[in-house]
Amino acid sequence: MHLSSLVEMVESGFDDRVMLGAAEDAVTGAQFGALVRGGASTLGGYRALVYVGENHPLLPVALFSAAWAGIAFVPVNYRLEGHQLNSLVARQPGALVLADPGTASRIAGEAPVIVFDDWLASLPADPPAIDPPSDDDEVAVILYTSGTTSEPKSVLLRHRHLMAYLLGSVEFGGAGEDEAVLVAVPPYHVAGIANILSNTFAGRRLVYLRAFDPRVWLDTVKNEGVTNAMVVPTMLSRIVAALAGEPADVPTLRSLSYGGAKVSERVLLEALRLFPHVGFVNAYGLTETASTIAVLGPDDHRAAIESDDSAVRRRLSSAGQVLPMVEIEIRDEIDQPVPPGEPGMIFVRGEQISGEYASGSLLEPDGWFCTRDRGLIDVEGYLFIEGRADDTIIRGGENIAPAEIEEILLAHPSVAEACVVGLPDDEWGQTIAAVVVLRDGASIGADELQDAVRSALRGSKTPDTIFFRDELPHTETGKLLRRLVLRELTEFQAANDPKTTSQGEDSCR
Amino acid sequence: MSMTLKPGARLFSAVCTTEMIAVKAPPGEVDVTIGGVAPVGSAAGRDGSGSVADGHGGGAAMGKRYVDQGETIELLCTKPGDGLPALDGQLLALKEAKALPSSD
Repeated sequence: MHLSSLVEMVESGFDDRVMLGAAEDAVTGAQFGALVRGGASTLGGYRALVYVGENHPLLPVALFSAAWAGIAFVPVNYRLEGHQLNSLVARQPGALVLADPGTASRIAGEAPVIVFDDWLASLPADPPAIDPPSDDDEVAVILYTSGTTSEPKSVLLRHRHLMAYLLGSVEFGGAGEDEAVLVAVPPYHVAGIANILSNTFAGRRLVYLRAFDPRVWLDTVKNEGVTNAMVVPTMLSRIVAALAGEPADVPTLRSLSYGGAKVSERVLLEALRLFPHVGFVNAYGLTETASTIAVLGPDDHRAAIESDDSAVRRRLSSAGQVLPMVEIEIRDEIDQPVPPGEPGMIFVRGEQISGEYASGSLLEPDGWFCTRDRGLIDVEGYLFIEGRADDTIIRGGENIAPAEIEEILLAHPSVAEACVVGLPDDEWGQTIAAVVVLRDGASIGADELQDAVRSALRGSKTPDTIFFRDELPHTETGKLLRRLVLRELTEFQAANDPKTTSQGEDSCR
Repeated sequence: MSMTLKPGARLFSAVCTTEMIAVKAPPGEVDVTIGGVAPVGSAAGRDGSGSVADGHGGGAAMGKRYVDQGETIELLCTKPGDGLPALDGQLLALKEAKALPSSD
């Protein structure tokens, strides 16, 4: 099926239901359909619709107008610096660019640029009828990966991938008329696209935060009667911090899902305590998998917290179980599936899995996609993510997942953030370096943190060096930019006598 | 009456409020009815005559999906109504779907 069908389904099923916006500027399903038809009528002759800007209450109109016109929707990160921003926009020749007022003037190049509000105001009320396309093998959305380990890649999501995800995991009209979702993730993130599609399909009103702020988020949840919300871990952490230990006053909120990066267990436990009546959902997925492929649901969270069994408790840090229509395999170095409990590379297969870039498909001939994430599945089918395979440290021939060490460091009361990377070393191949941000007012020596890791894991997994920093670099959606951490440490190492940095001293303050 | 169906095709019951969209359709001609009567292509195509045939009523529910035994056809209800969908005179069965927590 094609995403344009979804517009007709909204018109049929939710014609008088409020689908978009706050109470005062509400857009019903029928009005939404009219906006999309008007929007599509302005896109004739363009080869793509690029959107560069903050969230907007009518953002879904842009996405569905592109679908109705039969061209790809390409949201680009407006926070990028000018050169990179324009290089990503330039990857879409023949596109119309819709931008927010602050970004429009930063777009160079040949593509026409229109401020999104101006475009909306210009839409014809009675556009000529266009037959919607039906070929679901066309590209619906192009997303750029965040580029934490390399240059951003263009991921192609076809209509059939996105519809497979919707049909497989969301019930059409499954939301009650009173339900509303607060979208805080940015438009250029796959979760932002999934937010639009899933909630439109469910018939749940979409309310947007233009840009994330924890207090505004809490106020909006309360004032708009928000029932569902999705956040990335950085946002969850900032919301928890803003609450300062006081339970959240959000009587309507039923479901809070988080994903997009690893969440600290301390933040999650605090969030569970501060939102006692809310069901938590952890979603795991990649841009290349058209969003979520595994979920840890509210019941799993509750069971994990209440259990005395350490295997069940541990599931709080898992990504839950894979969706029914997704197959998963964990494979070893020689590409053979491993038994439950053993770590390896995560492979997935299913109708929603794209695995395709502008440069070509990475799907294996039989449809399997290598996520390049490492992880394991326990005996009950719970998936644990260890992190990107490219981040794996190989020290003296031993494979070490940074996440394992980071978890121990983060559990220390003095540590706010931690990043573990491998530094090149003549003797070991790589040595383990940990970069740590301490909590406000905390003071601790490197040796104490090394002891903490040694006693929890073992000597070979103990960081050879601990660096202290005031902050770590992240993408806006909370992904740690290991590439930048590694570059900084490598430069630091090169500029200093390695002997002084291998003593475990606080060498940076 | 036979018709060809493609995924995304819309079917409006001629005799009640039921509306369906084809999620999956077999190739070639199919004989599909809603409420026992051949559907029309738009709400405006209803002429107000006729009624749901015996054994073809009982209520199609919003968001539910209806399939034949071999799942060669799958119709999703976008607007509820009395009439149920059928293929070759046989009522389609309700497809059970596992409820998943909303993750986005």
